[in-house]
Amino acid sequence: MTLMHKILGATAAMALSAGAALAEPALIFDLGGKFDKSFNEAAFNGATRWANETGETFREIELQSEAQREQALRRFAEAGSNPIVMAGFAFGDALGQVASDYPDTSFVIIDMVVDAPNVRSVVFNEHEGSYLVGMMAAEASESGTVGFIGGMDIPLIRKFACGYAQGVKAVNPDATIIANMTGTTPAAWNDPVKGSELTKAQINQGADVVYAAAGGTGVGVLQTAADEGILSIGVDSNQNYLHPGKVLTSMLKRVDNAVFDAFSDGPGLETGFQIMGIANGGVGYAMDENNASLVNDTMKANVDAAAAKIASGELAVHDYMSDDSCPELSF
Amino acid sequence: MDVVPKWAEVILVPLISLILAALLSALVILAIGEDPIAAVNLMITGALGSTYGWGYTLYYATNFLFTGLAVSVAFHAGLFNIGGEGQAMLGGLGVALACLLIPWPHWTIALLAATVMAGLFGAAWAAIPAFLQAKRGSHIVITTIMFNFIAAAVLNYVLVNLMRPAGSMDPATARFPEAVHLPTLHDILGLVGIEFSRAAPANVTFLIAILACVLVWLLMWRTWLGYEIRSYGKSEPAARYAGISPVAITMIAMLISGALAGMMAINNVMGEAERLVLNAVEGAGFIGIAVALMGRSHPFGVFLAAILFGFLYQGGAELALWTSIPRELIVVIQALVILFTGALDNMVRMPLERIFLMLRRRRDA
Repeated sequence: MTLMHKILGATAAMALSAGAALAEPALIFDLGGKFDKSFNEAAFNGATRWANETGETFREIELQSEAQREQALRRFAEAGSNPIVMAGFAFGDALGQVASDYPDTSFVIIDMVVDAPNVRSVVFNEHEGSYLVGMMAAEASESGTVGFIGGMDIPLIRKFACGYAQGVKAVNPDATIIANMTGTTPAAWNDPVKGSELTKAQINQGADVVYAAAGGTGVGVLQTAADEGILSIGVDSNQNYLHPGKVLTSMLKRVDNAVFDAFSDGPGLETGFQIMGIANGGVGYAMDENNASLVNDTMKANVDAAAAKIASGELAVHDYMSDDSCPELSF
Repeated sequence: MDVVPKWAEVILVPLISLILAALLSALVILAIGEDPIAAVNLMITGALGSTYGWGYTLYYATNFLFTGLAVSVAFHAGLFNIGGEGQAMLGGLGVALACLLIPWPHWTIALLAATVMAGLFGAAWAAIPAFLQAKRGSHIVITTIMFNFIAAAVLNYVLVNLMRPAGSMDPATARFPEAVHLPTLHDILGLVGIEFSRAAPANVTFLIAILACVLVWLLMWRTWLGYEIRSYGKSEPAARYAGISPVAITMIAMLISGALAGMMAINNVMGEAERLVLNAVEGAGFIGIAVALMGRSHPFGVFLAAILFGFLYQGGAELALWTSIPRELIVVIQALVILFTGALDNMVRMPLERIFLMLRRRRDA
């Protein structure tokens, strides 16, 4: 990148940001879009919380194409945004290329590990959180059949499904788990109609609790589950409020905290590898007034006991990513 | 005996359509409380104001050139190939296999091999719908669009289960080796002393796309095969009477079309990402339809339309980066251009015809 472009980029940014501080942090959403009620929205909520608390502003962009990943990273870095946070594993490759060109900018990537001195990699132990909601699903299920609906059939979603299946089997070794994926194109992250169809199909096979790990598609899963009178489990953000008394719980993945922490730490934040698991509150299950009537005390005690064991390392949940296989579920 | 002279047909109709689309887009931007003039300025400076912007514009344009040509070749045979998306996906698979399995000594040989593989895979994907159309009369629109979904599923399976490096979260292949990295326009123009942005993804494939334009023109208007394709597209009974085989022409036109769509992969897979990702094509196959419509299925028209859509993509990205115009509205603006240039063609053409008719009558009188 020539000096000329640095100047051009910087002036364009200055002209448009109308006097905003140059070290404004930036947040880049993945192709799923900002308001998916799930992963990207959790990131947005973290950034908004930071903006409200500090009274400062941040830059953001929702991507439209793959080629924009590197483009957005470079443009924000050249415009002086710092730190730059990106939500999604798909940024890994682009960041690996870009990070070394901007040694003074701090980058934070969520769901992926990029080994560079100015990058903080935040990964979540989704399998642990999914294990807990799997236990609750098995305890709440009367038919002994529970469902899982994923977005696309990619390793990350298999990690969710695998943790869930282990949790279910830990409570009820005879339980049947029906796992379906919504589709094979990125549209699968935002297809509530298909989510609804899959839920109906799983209900016909006897499922009475379904867990949706499918971004915006999950909205359709939760809706249909509520309409058909079965329980559902939300993902990433707390989705209990969507259908009070119908959503058993939500598997919380505190992407908002990761973004909030990154923005609060500011430029020059501590880099390296950060694992967000049950032990440090990175994942968990959601309890609020909307699902209080669905979760009884023994159920809660059992899950909390398992959570404590996972946190202390006494109980190890198998991670699909570690060997690309799952003992309780085949894909 | 055309009412509208050729120059008006080729230049005036698209230009007026574009202006109408721009005016409507301006109203949309006004309605959400942003300044349309500032937005247009930002799009133009962002997409055409620097070699960096040009680099991205030409990169997108290269994709659209290939898919636009693919659609236009099929159009000439009266076939509506909306399977460019799937053919380009399979082309990507061909490129990835060529680049990963064989250790190429130099990018020139690798590019040649990758182009052949991309073309072969794309053509193979188009061959089945073409065969079903030619032999069984299954409508090509239905079969090609269904093949897009099959291609997505195939790619998903291959990337998640077969070609993903062990332990990687990302459903994508490993990076291609250094030796097969294509030179970007920065490298090429650097040889003749022209300064071009290093960060932009436009690469040597752009020149191949231009070459493809020329070759398609030669094929369609300077060879017997092109003549047969065009006459079959104009009237099947007449072509059949002249001894042209419908089966052969359907197959050949679709194979060329599929190969062109597949060859898009040397731009986005080999030139830009340098690995195969799930979402590599991201709609370029469908944009190709709009490009071909707007370019009146002529290679030069396709070239201009592809540049326009490259501009819309890159300009749209700049809007998303520096304003609070949401990306959905950027899609709306792009859609308005397609609507006016593709679908509402007669809305501009008919008044224009009336005007020219009036002028002519006055002259004759």
